Amino acid sequence: MSVTEELVDYADAVDRYDPVLGIEVHVELGTASKMFCSAPAHFGAEPNTAVTPVSLGLPGALPVVNRTAVEYAIKIGLALNCSIAQTCRFARKNYFYPDVPKNFQTSQYDEPIAYDGYLDVELEDGTVVRVEIERAHMEEDAGKNTHVGGATGRIQGAVYSLIDYNRAGIPLVEVVTRPITGVGDRGPEVARAYVQTLRDIFRSLGVSEARMERGNVRADINVSLRPSPESPLGTRTETKNVNSFRSIERAVRFEISRQAAVLDGGGTVLQETRHFHEDTGTTSSGRVKSDADDYRYFPEPDLVPIAPSREWVEEIRATLPETPVVRRHRLQADWGYADAEMRDVVNAGAVDLIEATVAAGASPASARKWWMGELARTAKTEGVALEELPVTPAQIGELGALADSGRINDRLARQVLEGVLAGEGSPEDVLVARGLEIVSDDGPLLGAIDSALAAQPDIAEKIRSGNLGPIGAVIGAVMKATRGQADAGRVRELILERIG
Amino acid sequence: MSTISSDEVARLAALARIDLTQAETERLAGELDVIVHAVAKVSEIAGDDVPATSHPIPLTNVFREDVILETLPVAEILAQAPASQDGRFLVPQILEEEA
Repeated sequence: MSVTEELVDYADAVDRYDPVLGIEVHVELGTASKMFCSAPAHFGAEPNTAVTPVSLGLPGALPVVNRTAVEYAIKIGLALNCSIAQTCRFARKNYFYPDVPKNFQTSQYDEPIAYDGYLDVELEDGTVVRVEIERAHMEEDAGKNTHVGGATGRIQGAVYSLIDYNRAGIPLVEVVTRPITGVGDRGPEVARAYVQTLRDIFRSLGVSEARMERGNVRADINVSLRPSPESPLGTRTETKNVNSFRSIERAVRFEISRQAAVLDGGGTVLQETRHFHEDTGTTSSGRVKSDADDYRYFPEPDLVPIAPSREWVEEIRATLPETPVVRRHRLQADWGYADAEMRDVVNAGAVDLIEATVAAGASPASARKWWMGELARTAKTEGVALEELPVTPAQIGELGALADSGRINDRLARQVLEGVLAGEGSPEDVLVARGLEIVSDDGPLLGAIDSALAAQPDIAEKIRSGNLGPIGAVIGAVMKATRGQADAGRVRELILERIG
Repeated sequence: MSTISSDEVARLAALARIDLTQAETERLAGELDVIVHAVAKVSEIAGDDVPATSHPIPLTNVFREDVILETLPVAEILAQAPASQDGRFLVPQILEEEA
C-alpha cells in the first residue's frame, strides 16, 4: 500500500501556509501495580502472567483505583501548571478491538483530573515557546498485539494476531495540548522540544522511567495548515505513536510538506489517522475518521468520583522538584560546560549520571569525558542506554580520582574501565588485579631508561649536546618496556637527570 | 419528544457489532422508544435544584494502595479462550476492513 505522496519543498510549504500543531502524549506511570487492579505493572514479564480478572474484564470483576496513580497524575498536572479538579470521574470509551478485553477503555472524558495548564519549552537556541495544555487525564493502557503472517508485521496483511494482556490496565496519563500556533517553520523543532521537555519532567517527578524506546512515552502528532494566521484552523491529520524525538521532527516536517501539496493542488486534507514509517520518514494513510469513532462515552458506573482534597494537592505540590530547565541551567553554570557541551549531555540522557559522578568526587570535566566518551561509545555499540551499563557513577568518580592522583594515566584508565564493565569489580579492584598501576618507583624506570639510552647511543649523544628533539623516542621505548605503566612526565625528568 | 428511528438502531447495532435483520431493527426501534420515553419522565419530575449525577451513592475517593497481589495462572486464563499460542490469546485477523 505504498502510494508516493506529492510533496512541497518544506521551505516553500511554511512560506505559503501557517502550520498548527496539536500533540497528545501518553506516559505510562511507574507504579508497582496497575491502574485498577493489583497485577504488577512491570515491563517484560512472560505473556499474560501479569493479569487479574479486572485486567481481562471478566464478568463481575470490579476495578479499584490505585491511589499512587492518582497522586502521580496530580503531580504531572501541577508540574504542567494545571488546575487540579475539585472532583472528576472516569468514563468508558467504548470500542471493539482485541487488545481491549472489556470492549471499553476506562478513561476520563468530560472531567479530567487536570486542566488549563502550560509548559514553557526551550528550543536549542534558547528561544522559549509556551505550549498551552488543555488537559491531563488518567486512563489505562491496552494489551499488546503481535500481528502474525503479514509480510511486515504490521496490521495490513496479518493473518492472525496474538495478544498479551500484561500491559492492559497499566496506568497512563494523557497530556493534550491546545492548538500550538505561531510556530512557523520551527514546528518540527517545537514538537520535538515539547515532547522532550515532557519526558524530562516525567523523569524528574519520578512518575515514570519515561523511556521513549520502550514505549513508556508515546506521542500522537496533529498537524494542520491554514493560508494565514488569521484563517480558521485547517483540517488536521493525526500521526499515531511516533516514538522517538527524531521521528517527531520528521513526521511533522513530512506532514507539512504533504498537506501543502494537497492544498496547492486544490484538494482537501482528509481528517484521518496516519502511520509514521521510521525507515522512509514518511506517513501513510491509516483510516479515515468515521462513525466507528463514536466511542459512546459514559460515566464509569463501577468507579466513584475522585475528589482530591486541597490539602492533598498542596502536599503533593510541596514535593515537586526543581523543573528540568531550571535545574539544567543551574548545573551548566556549576559545571562550567559550554552550551553545546551541555546540549550533548542532555540529549545523551547523561545529566543525572554526571551529577551523581560529580557528587562522588569527580571533576565535572572528568565526569563528562567518561560518560560522553568511552561509555557513550560502549552503550552505542551494545545498543543500551547509558544508565544500563554495568557501571555506577560512584565507580566513574573513583576512576576519575585515580587518574587525577596520577596513579593511572588515560590509557590505563581505559583498561581499568574495561575491567569494571566486564564485572571485575571496582576500579581499585581492577587496577590491583590487573597490575595496571603506573610505575612510580624510579628504580625500574631508571633500568628501562638506561637500556633505552644504551640501545640508541646516537640519540643519547644528541640529547646530551642539548638537542631535546629526539627525547620522545627514548620516552617511547621506556613506555613500551613498562607496558605503558610509566608516567611519561617522570620518565622525561629522569632521562634528563641521567644524561645531565 | 423525538422517537427512536430504525436508522439510529441500525447505527447503534453496527457500532456494537450486532447483526440485526430489518424486522428486528424496526421492532427494537419501537421498544427502545418506549424505554426512552419512560426514562424521560425523570426529567419532568427533577427540577433545576436536582443536580445531574452519575453515581447514586455519595461516595468519593475509594482507593487501593499500590501493592501487587496474586495474579491468575496463565494456563487457566488461556483455557478460557477459543485459541492460544505461545502463552498468548490467538484472535482472527484484526481490522480486515482497514487494509
